[in-house]
Amino acid sequence: MKNSADVVIIGGGISGCSIAYNLAKKGVKNIVVLEKNYICSGSTGRCGAGVRMQWGTEMNCKIGKKSIEFYEHANDILEYDRDVEFKQGGYLLIAGNEREYEQFKKNVEVQHACGIPSRLVSLEEAREIVPHLNTSVLTGATFCGKDGFLNPFKTTDAFYSAAKRLGVEFNTFTEVTGIQVEKDKVVGVQTNRGNIATNCVVNATNGWSKGISEMVGIDVPVYSERHQILVTEPCEPLQGPMVMGYSLNLYVQQEPHGPFIMGRGDDKEPRDLRMTSSWQFIEEMAKTVDLLLPPISKLRVVRQWAGLYNMTPDKSPIYDKAENVEGYYMAIGYSGHGFMFGPITGVVMSEMILGEEPTIDVSMLNLNRFKTGKLLIEPSVV
Amino acid sequence: MDENTIICRCEDVTLKEVRDLIKQGYVTYDEIKRITRIGMGPCQGKTCGQLVMREIANATGQKMQDVKFQTNRPPVVGVKLGLIAEEGRRDEE
Repeated sequence: MKNSADVVIIGGGISGCSIAYNLAKKGVKNIVVLEKNYICSGSTGRCGAGVRMQWGTEMNCKIGKKSIEFYEHANDILEYDRDVEFKQGGYLLIAGNEREYEQFKKNVEVQHACGIPSRLVSLEEAREIVPHLNTSVLTGATFCGKDGFLNPFKTTDAFYSAAKRLGVEFNTFTEVTGIQVEKDKVVGVQTNRGNIATNCVVNATNGWSKGISEMVGIDVPVYSERHQILVTEPCEPLQGPMVMGYSLNLYVQQEPHGPFIMGRGDDKEPRDLRMTSSWQFIEEMAKTVDLLLPPISKLRVVRQWAGLYNMTPDKSPIYDKAENVEGYYMAIGYSGHGFMFGPITGVVMSEMILGEEPTIDVSMLNLNRFKTGKLLIEPSVV
Repeated sequence: MDENTIICRCEDVTLKEVRDLIKQGYVTYDEIKRITRIGMGPCQGKTCGQLVMREIANATGQKMQDVKFQTNRPPVVGVKLGLIAEEGRRDEE
């Protein structure tokens, strides 16, 4: 392991690997990534594998759209000899009540202003898109054919491999134990395998971002929350798009190689770092699927697992540098959609670190917004 | 042994694929799992797990007992979602 670096990135998920790749591509030579477990072992590797453009805020729409445009060519751009398994089967968002449907209408207007090809669809059309969908409990739906599925492991591996070829040093099973600050300036990082002198640290740890920020004395208003997922045995192609609803509390998608992957939230989850599985989740999930997508309930569950959402008060991410600690950067608080935003996270953070003109102006996603109250409240999170 | 032998029957992964990944530096069960899907199919690693761990042990010089297997996740065997839903609704009655 190097004992000094120009940039140290903490976290080996999609965000950390994408930031490392973008910095290296722009010519930064001495980059080190620290990961306390193995690459993609945290929130990225546990996510629902969906990517979408259909958001409720202009900012998230812009980031989501640009990220998907990158993913359309990810294998080529990252010169990846495996396959990131990108499938654009679309997202069918379903509303369970009038209020939610009114919100969908507003969201579609925001999406259209950003050039996103989403549309309101009637319940009849929703049944044409997903024939086994029980529309009797729905009030409306929207669809965007550009949304879809992407393999989180392979995508992260693609960024990791590309960054490695550009000379980035990755240290797995290396846990950060402290960040040294002198005269309000970052001077080094301490790990269980030794120290690294550096004037630039990027926190890309999502679920664990609060603890890392505490190491430099910054209190970020984020908390982590367990979200659970299950996967079924594989079957013949049955469902093209992701089916997702907020009030109905589900997302269900068939992966390209056959299994269905599905999840739901639980607003009674305690705010902590546990990632254990519960029987309550599997039972509630089964009941929801049995009601909304009956044929899928004939499939067997083969596995369930959990990961962390890193929640902010407005459910939008934080891309910022610290005001009072020079050289401390944050790309955190994705509130459940860090994987989808991966490509743009790397672009905007590398631009911020190098003082370049931003591709997308993300200055509104600053940390200070939680003090000033200028929030970007995202209504569309399961 | 023939390197084209399939050692993960759920996801059709050959011995050669596993050995190539180990050579490329993917030296833990979890890392190999995330690239190949070994251990993610209906058997949940019950068939292939020992074989992959032995390959890792042989390549890295570790003892078998020191090679870490994946996290065992519920359910123990595949269960139909409809059956779980039915039992869940019965509890509510």
